[in-house]
Amino acid sequence: MTSAIQVTNLSKTFRAGSRAVDDVSFSVAPGEMVALIGASGSGKSTLLRHVAGLVEADRDVGEGFVTVDNRRIQDRGKIDPDIRSLRRDIGFIFQQFNLIDRLSVLTNVLCGVLGRAPRWRTTFLWFTREEKRLAMECLARVGISGQAQQRASTLSGGQQQRAAIARALAQKARVVLADEPISSLDPASSKNVMEHLAAINRDDGVTVLVSLHQVDYAIRYCPRTIALRDGKIVFDGSSKKLTRAVLTDLYGDSSIELLGEQHETQDFRPPEHLPETPRLAPEAIPA
Amino acid sequence: MTSITKTRPNIDIPPRDLKRSVTNIAMWAVLAGILMWSWEGADMRPMDLWTDAANMSAFAKGFFPPDMHRWPTFMAEMIVTVKIAIWGTALAVVTAIPFGIMSSENIAPFWLVQPVRRLMDAFRAINEIVFAMLFVVAVGLGPFAGVLALWIHTVGVLAKLMSEAVEAIDPEPVEGIRATGGTKLHEIIYGVIPQVMPLWISFSLYRFESNVRSATVLGIVGAGGIGVLLWELIRSFEYAETAAVLIIIVISVTVIDMFSQFLRRLVI
Ligand SMILES: Nc1ncnc2c1ncn2[C@@H]1O[C@H](COP(=O)(O)OP(=O)(O)OP(=O)(O)O)[C@@H](O)[C@H]1O
Ligand SMILES: [Mg+2]
Repeated sequence: MTSAIQVTNLSKTFRAGSRAVDDVSFSVAPGEMVALIGASGSGKSTLLRHVAGLVEADRDVGEGFVTVDNRRIQDRGKIDPDIRSLRRDIGFIFQQFNLIDRLSVLTNVLCGVLGRAPRWRTTFLWFTREEKRLAMECLARVGISGQAQQRASTLSGGQQQRAAIARALAQKARVVLADEPISSLDPASSKNVMEHLAAINRDDGVTVLVSLHQVDYAIRYCPRTIALRDGKIVFDGSSKKLTRAVLTDLYGDSSIELLGEQHETQDFRPPEHLPETPRLAPEAIPA
Repeated sequence: MTSITKTRPNIDIPPRDLKRSVTNIAMWAVLAGILMWSWEGADMRPMDLWTDAANMSAFAKGFFPPDMHRWPTFMAEMIVTVKIAIWGTALAVVTAIPFGIMSSENIAPFWLVQPVRRLMDAFRAINEIVFAMLFVVAVGLGPFAGVLALWIHTVGVLAKLMSEAVEAIDPEPVEGIRATGGTKLHEIIYGVIPQVMPLWISFSLYRFESNVRSATVLGIVGAGGIGVLLWELIRSFEYAETAAVLIIIVISVTVIDMFSQFLRRLVI
């Protein structure tokens, strides 16, 4: 069976006694768009970083097996020695964008080809016309080709995140992992960024695994949701089944934080205009 | 005013912290102790300034008026001095970049950081003049020995400053490069260097300023530049011309400092 992402019995302990990721197993099929939700500290970032091979799993607990596009990323706490060439096929979108502020937007997007282009060229910041064209096309797709020459630091948060998406596009990644890509953005930019991620998924068939703080965005953009609590998967299924009752049931005491952005109606319908989504003050939620 | 006073709530002023006062007194006592202990070794004779005042004023008179007749020669030597500083600094900057990166804990592995740092400590600990004396023996009298001396000492200084800048970078953009599948070298070139560039340029210019100052004395041990002239003039009691050379040094160093500070302000 082919899978875009396969995680088997993955555990990670940072401090003895508390597991940030606890025996997690799931599989994502090619072309899926999956949300990863959970309260702060539930292990979303840690899990995504394991999938990209940026962190090693525990050695002695479980299989700790991760594959992306059926290629091994890590196994029993050992990251594949060839990880750098594996990572070029995995796009990673960060909460803080992780662009290089002082370089131009174009150069930032060109960084997407670093894993593919010959090293002797890229060491001297030398890119071919074809690579520059590709980068400009990626920028055009996310609607910021006009800002190509600007320093990345001069863009707004939403534009920076779109530049980061363009960088992943330039990688021609088949799998994109996004770690809370919208949690430092305002609602309008959040919507815009999520639309672009959804478009990559829909038009290019790229598999997207995106961690989100706001359940309403998960329901709106991702057909499937995986929910974490204290490092464990507590829900994995159709996002439609994520009613308020289910969420409260799943998250217990932590539900207040998750529902902070949740819609008020009992039968959840994705709001037409997210900026106008009424928000429930945490105190207003009955315990 | 009165209304403020009326509505002022009663807030207690915290009492003096006894422990902190004691520590304060102890620190001053230690400082005084160190100064007293060093008095004898440093051959401190403040009264001599008074008793030898007549001597000293006679000596000072010899400097006036400065004899500027040979200023083109002095100026030519000053330019040689600046050239020594330019090459000494340029070689040092190029060498300090790899050494600086190799002594940054957040980039290089521990087994590399420690030995490189110790080597840089050694480069820094030994004064340029000492290196100059050694290089005069090795490559002969003249400016080249001065260039080599400045080079080695400045590598030690710049590598330390540069690595401190590298250790203070924001790790997130570097991880961004790592996540695209870039190599370690890519992480440094695209993630680290753009972040530290302004500081590195500023440090390099600052070292150039101080190398011009250092280069003025390298000649005393025969390593070229205006120091050679200076030493000869002092030894032959030509104080009027010594004064002229000092004036040229002061003016040149001031101009170069100002220019370099201007450039530094541009990059930061
Ligand atoms: N490098 C680390 N060292 C020690 N503990 C860590 C580290 N990274 C994460 N943790 C811990 O692991 C747990 C999960 O953290 P993680 O960042 O994955 O949560 P998250 O779901 O992404 O939270 P948030 O929504 O706040 O981003 C937390 O308890 C956190 O303190
Ligand atoms: Mg996180």
